[in-house]
Amino acid sequence: VGLPHIARAAAPRFVIVGGGPGGATAAKYLKRYAPAAEVTLIEANPTYTTCFMSNEVLGGLRDFSTIQVGYDGLSGHGITVIHDLVTAIDPEGKTVTTQGGESVAFDRCIVAPGIDFKYDAVEGYSAEAAEIMPHAWKAGPQTTLLRSQLEAMEDGGTVIVAPPDNPFRCPPGPYERISLIANYLKQHKPKSKVLVLDAKDKFSKMPLFTQAWEMFYGYGTDNSLIEWVSKSDGGTVTGVNTETMEVTTAGAGTFKGDVVNLIPPQSAGAIARSTGLLEGGDWAPVNKGTFESLAVPGIHVLGDASIAAAMPKSGASANSQAKATAASALALSMGQEPPMPTLANACYSIGGPEHGFSVAAVYNYDDFENKLVPVEGAGGVSPIDAGADSRRREMFYAHSWFENMKADCWG
Amino acid sequence: PALAQADETEDMTVEVMAGACTYCHGTDGNGIGEAIPSIAGMPEDQFAYMMVTYQDGSNPATVMGRVARGYTEDQIQALAAYFGGKPFERPPQPWIDESVVAEGKELAAEYCESCHENEGRDGEGVGILAGQKLQYMRFSVADFLSEAREMERRQARKFRELMDDHGEEGFEKILNYYASVQ
Ligand SMILES: Cc1cc2nc3c(=O)[nH]c(=O)nc-3n(C[C@H](O)[C@H](O)[C@H](O)COP(=O)(O)OP(=O)(O)OC[C@H]3O[C@@H](n4cnc5c(N)ncnc54)[C@H](O)[C@@H]3O)c2cc1C
Ligand code: HEC
Ligand code: HEC
Repeated sequence: VGLPHIARAAAPRFVIVGGGPGGATAAKYLKRYAPAAEVTLIEANPTYTTCFMSNEVLGGLRDFSTIQVGYDGLSGHGITVIHDLVTAIDPEGKTVTTQGGESVAFDRCIVAPGIDFKYDAVEGYSAEAAEIMPHAWKAGPQTTLLRSQLEAMEDGGTVIVAPPDNPFRCPPGPYERISLIANYLKQHKPKSKVLVLDAKDKFSKMPLFTQAWEMFYGYGTDNSLIEWVSKSDGGTVTGVNTETMEVTTAGAGTFKGDVVNLIPPQSAGAIARSTGLLEGGDWAPVNKGTFESLAVPGIHVLGDASIAAAMPKSGASANSQAKATAASALALSMGQEPPMPTLANACYSIGGPEHGFSVAAVYNYDDFENKLVPVEGAGGVSPIDAGADSRRREMFYAHSWFENMKADCWG
Repeated sequence: PALAQADETEDMTVEVMAGACTYCHGTDGNGIGEAIPSIAGMPEDQFAYMMVTYQDGSNPATVMGRVARGYTEDQIQALAAYFGGKPFERPPQPWIDESVVAEGKELAAEYCESCHENEGRDGEGVGILAGQKLQYMRFSVADFLSEAREMERRQARKFRELMDDHGEEGFEKILNYYASVQ
């Protein structure tokens, strides 16, 4: 990139909090756009485990090690990577403080902490309860735990999956998970079933998932491996009992699960709240062109933690937003006009063996309304009648996306 | 100077726009996955042609129709210039069947090299085959053979000849060869 005069100007300093797809991409691209900039990434964990493709791990289709990435790639680009928990961000003093006692100064700070769980939204659920009824909605030990529970379950068991109401991380994620657990059960424990207790009446890519469930898992028949209880049918989960393994719903009664995957409602990561970025809500309001906080100037918030409204909370969205954020933070740090962003999201889902499909959208920024507006006539989901060859191609493309995505964020 | 800054903002607008392609196609348009094609170094005309034919549906696609319709003609031109200026990289493709590469090279010389010149690196309006993703080239050939993707007459004749003389295996050998070219 030809930004010759940056090298001559005083090098701007950026601190990025969080090394998920949002933070990692922002760090990498800041350094690409302005090699002279001082870029520090602070991430709590030494390795990152991707949620994307973690459903394939749960379904026994993929090795856990393939969803782990390290930070050597970023260090190699000249980014200072610190593994520590950020405990405070001081917007006035322009410093970030960590648990380990480090204090790092910045001109602009980019915050991408992902999500935290609203445990108290479900009675009886908590961080401790998640060790018995895993959410597996942050990948890592939770993924391994849920996988081992599925492996240990006897044939004939019931796996309860409880997705939350919108908005939440990865809208199609629970349904891909349901598909791939059903796929595992079909092969190894065919007398078992997946009971879905949903807090919604409709979900992302619903016709495509329903079609896959009918094709592969007998959905809609008496022998279906999947039973879905919608919100209207009382499916919303209100409480759990980890001793009896019971799950209570708003209107459909109480169910006992052999394995319970409870995905609680979510909010932006804790550091966003303690920094005052949430203005009392669950997600950080931002200028959707620059991802600068509307509450605290000089701090940008992107990825799952921000309100990007039209854009779903996905890794692809976080990656696309990170590039706009990096370019904007850089321009603003030098008193220049930030670029008008064109962003895009695209998410693949795997519904069964050799069966992938996608959703895509391209967004332009409307600076008057502060809105990301999907381009009309573009985007949408894979055609419902696309056929087996197209679904097979999308499975290949999904796996290819995964490799390219990891490399683009952390490589 | 103000003018330089305006240019830079313009450059950064294209950077950010291209950033919405690279989580699928790879950083700078160079991917490492086995199926999504790399789009770095593509001749600008061919790049624009692909995008426009994805838009109107005359070129078959799983996702690119839905993506391409999000961009104007000017934006496509800017993206074509941006990716066209990046060198095409050839990372190893471990899924290549090395045992057919030598034979593929001979067949390619006979059936494909007249258009896909310099071991598939160059050629007039044909894109890059040398080091392109094997699985993507398989899908492309399938689309040509099923006539879902249009072929010019001479290309169609070569495809027919290859199919008659060597069958699908002939294509498989050639594509493994092209994928292996460094
Ligand atoms: C099952 C599942 C499947 C999914 N599939 C897809 C998919 O196919 N495609 C897709 O695009 N998306 C998918 N997603 C969504 C995707 O994982 C998220 O949208 C994405 O991870 C968001 O990125 P982020 O950078 O905003 O947050 P995160 O990925 O959560 O990263 C935040 C990082 O910040 C760190 N952090 C937080 N607080 C601090 C602190 N105070 N100090 C230091 N570090 C901190 C955390 O440790 C973490 O590493 C899926 C999600 C799930 C759960
Ligand atoms: C969700 C993934 C995804 C995104 C995002 C994406 N592409 Fe693609 N691209 C593909 C796939 C898959 C193909 C193969 C055709 C198909 O099935 O859609 C492709 C094919 C192409 C081709 C043809 C390559 C060749 O050698 O023939 C071009 C050019 C291209 N894309 C450009 C772009 C541009 C420019 C963008 C961003 C504006 C973009 N793509 C965004 C997945 C993607
Ligand atoms: C007479 C010219 C000609 C010959 C001979 C020819 N091709 Fe091509 N090929 C083309 C053209 C033109 C295109 C671009 C088509 C388009 O734009 O849709 C192309 C595109 C392709 C592509 C898709 C590349 C991409 O990036 O999308 C593949 C794969 C391919 N050819 C394989 C072959 C093989 C294998 C042979 C030999 C059997 C062959 N071609 C012989 C003209 C030719």
